[in-house]
Amino acid sequence: MESSKRSNVFISIGSLLLALLFSALLILLLKYSPIEAYGAMFKGAFGSKNSWAATLGTATPLIFAGLAMAISNKAGVFNIGGEGQIVVGAMAAAVAGQYGGGLPKIIHIVICLLAAGIAGGLWAGIAALLKVKMKINEVIVTIMLNYLAVYFVNYLVMNPFKAEGMTARTNYISESAVIPSIIRNTRLNYGIFLAIAVALIFLFILKRTIMGYELRSVGLNPSAAENAGIAAAKYIYIAMFLSGAVAGIGGAVEVLGVHKYYISNMTVKYGYDGIAVSVMGGNSPIGILISAVVFGALKAGASNMNRMTHIPSEFISVLQALVIIFVATPAIVRRGKDRISKGKGKREG
Amino acid sequence: MYAIEMKHIVKKFGSFTANDDISLCVRKGEIHSLLGENGAGKTTLMNILYGLYGADSGEILINGKEVHLKSPLDAIYYGISMVHQHFMLVDALTVAENVVLGSEPHRGIRFNYEQACKEVAELGEAYGLYIDPKEMVKNLPVGVKQRVEILKALYHKSDILILDEPTAVLTPQEVNEFFEVLKHLRAMGKTTIIITHKLKETIKIADTLTILRKGRFILSRTVKGADEKELAEQMVGRQVLFEVDRKEMPKQQNIALSLEGITYYKRKKVILNDISLDLQYGEILGIAGVEGNGQTELIEVITGLTHPDNGTVSLNGELIKEASARRILDLGIAHIPEDRGARGSVSAFTLWENYILGYHRKCNYQKRGILDVRRVRNIMKTVIDDFGIRCNSTENLMKELSGGNQQKLIIARALSQSPDVLIAAQPTRGVDIGAIEYIHEQLIRFRNQGKSIILISADLDEIMKLSDRIAVIFEGKIVADRPVSMFTIGQLGSYMLGNAAGEVANGEF
Repeated sequence: MESSKRSNVFISIGSLLLALLFSALLILLLKYSPIEAYGAMFKGAFGSKNSWAATLGTATPLIFAGLAMAISNKAGVFNIGGEGQIVVGAMAAAVAGQYGGGLPKIIHIVICLLAAGIAGGLWAGIAALLKVKMKINEVIVTIMLNYLAVYFVNYLVMNPFKAEGMTARTNYISESAVIPSIIRNTRLNYGIFLAIAVALIFLFILKRTIMGYELRSVGLNPSAAENAGIAAAKYIYIAMFLSGAVAGIGGAVEVLGVHKYYISNMTVKYGYDGIAVSVMGGNSPIGILISAVVFGALKAGASNMNRMTHIPSEFISVLQALVIIFVATPAIVRRGKDRISKGKGKREG
Repeated sequence: MYAIEMKHIVKKFGSFTANDDISLCVRKGEIHSLLGENGAGKTTLMNILYGLYGADSGEILINGKEVHLKSPLDAIYYGISMVHQHFMLVDALTVAENVVLGSEPHRGIRFNYEQACKEVAELGEAYGLYIDPKEMVKNLPVGVKQRVEILKALYHKSDILILDEPTAVLTPQEVNEFFEVLKHLRAMGKTTIIITHKLKETIKIADTLTILRKGRFILSRTVKGADEKELAEQMVGRQVLFEVDRKEMPKQQNIALSLEGITYYKRKKVILNDISLDLQYGEILGIAGVEGNGQTELIEVITGLTHPDNGTVSLNGELIKEASARRILDLGIAHIPEDRGARGSVSAFTLWENYILGYHRKCNYQKRGILDVRRVRNIMKTVIDDFGIRCNSTENLMKELSGGNQQKLIIARALSQSPDVLIAAQPTRGVDIGAIEYIHEQLIRFRNQGKSIILISADLDEIMKLSDRIAVIFEGKIVADRPVSMFTIGQLGSYMLGNAAGEVANGEF
């Protein structure tokens, strides 16, 4: 177990380094200096208190999205619908946050998070239901549900819940529902501790509880699980619901902690980024925490890179895509590793 | 005159030495049996002879001349052919097309199919292996597919045939026919090497034998005068008990498990046809049959994985129809699945995680939904010692263990909750002699405790050795059911092929 874990970590780090290397070549092709670009990026991500806040603040929704992906993966289902579940959860929190102004803060926040979790969970549950009852592939269903979610919530935010004014957004949530910032005027808020807590709870459930044990067995070998009297269908529901719920709560934290209202397209692509985070984190909760911070840093650093070097901040998507390509083709990284160790062996021999 | 001489062959894979100074001499025109357990280095040695691997050192002489085999093409050039355990045939082509593949007779640029059929038919007749050349390969039974493979070798003018575990997939009747083919080949002057771990077959068919153990040469001798038990000890490297210590049980015992008129359909085809069986306490009931005659579905019905369309299952006199797999486990019917990789274990789980699979809800493994990992690990440690499972620690992944050790763990798990009934399907498939012996011992010990076992096995020797009673299944029907002493192995094979009276068609076994 230890050795395979170690090799996963190696592949993740190796992929990141290879992606940085390839990106550097691309930057060279664009006639910029990679050293300058990466320097700017690093400064933007870790250069000051505020850049640290930007990094960790961006990492927060990525942790939720990455965990959502990993939860379903562990049960052998692929929830590509993080994006839709985030949107649905964010909207649910924005609505719940507008009412109940008199409630104690902690209770109001919990109600908002619950609303978001249930909304996200049920939204993902549609895919589970279709998979179990009609054997429809969940990948396709969750992708389709993403579009449904985005357009449905856009309708809500433009019509019944639209705040006065030009922009398509909801009214401000009441003060009692706001998750406080850790550093004022940055994205970083106390939601990050919730994200870390969810990761640790997920780890505990997976490794130490009967539920996690059964869930993993269904994901790793459904026939053996069936043989052991474990109902796979039950775990498809559980995993999809929990996965959607975590994504939805991630959306809620963005509303309650960062924007204080729902605005159309505010969560762009966090759901899809979550796939990358989960893949690079090797689907493990701790790995996801780390890789979310890495991606958070890349994103936060990208805008600084844009300011300093005129490389478009979208360039970071290229880097991100390269990371996924290398993680998904571990043979490339492994070959490099073998070559290194072979060389060593020869020298020693 | 030696057809093959391999001298001081050494082959290393990384730090692992698969062949450590092995020598092998085979005379022209004899059948040579290359014996050894899994991992003894037999297949590696033969792959070297067939040019698939290059040896690190050592030399190979064919018909007295030193050769350097760089690829199978070189081997074929020197008249060597290899028939792999998994046949390399194109199902969608006819027998003739398969046989001539690679050196097709042609007229101009066109493939001369009629000529190919004629040549294949003649070749088959000459070697006593006639098969209709125009038959599609996918329609052929396994035993006949093997003949196609041998024909292929002969068509390529091979004088030396290497056969990798040739009898593993054959029924007893097919084995007999296969031996006739081997004798015929010998009479025609061909040299044959069979890779096997089956001693009985070696003694029956081979002229000479070589034993390898853990990559080393142990001995080489003529088969004449060889003793099965001694050979087994040479193979395993220690004493092997062939007899099982079976306790006499009182004649009349309570019925543990009872099947009544079990009928099961799959895609409108009858898979189980009105099966009724009673299993007594203190009894091993062997289910013999060619694979695919309903054994898998019978197991699934008993273990609650599927529900029959008709009929009932009762345990200790109580009806358990429509019970879930989970309930049946809890009621005390344990199960060693026929495919340990697919159903029996989760290969990416640790040993202790696999050990509790199916029993993980038991109160000694968990409290209020939380696994007592420390305790399970400790239990696992004891089991590893008790069952002699070779591993580094309880944290090893299942897939890091050898087949035999995986199977030991699965058996330990099944026996751990002291069930009343054990469904043991192919309990020793793909397992070494040493582990087979151990597993048999465990099964007999369980029976001697007065518990009952249904043993489903493709290995007739195993069925004959362990069972008190045998039921033969053919096309989903039980065609014979009586105490083991009332069957000969020949009759058993005959029933398995659907000959109702159990006449022996191909001579005595």
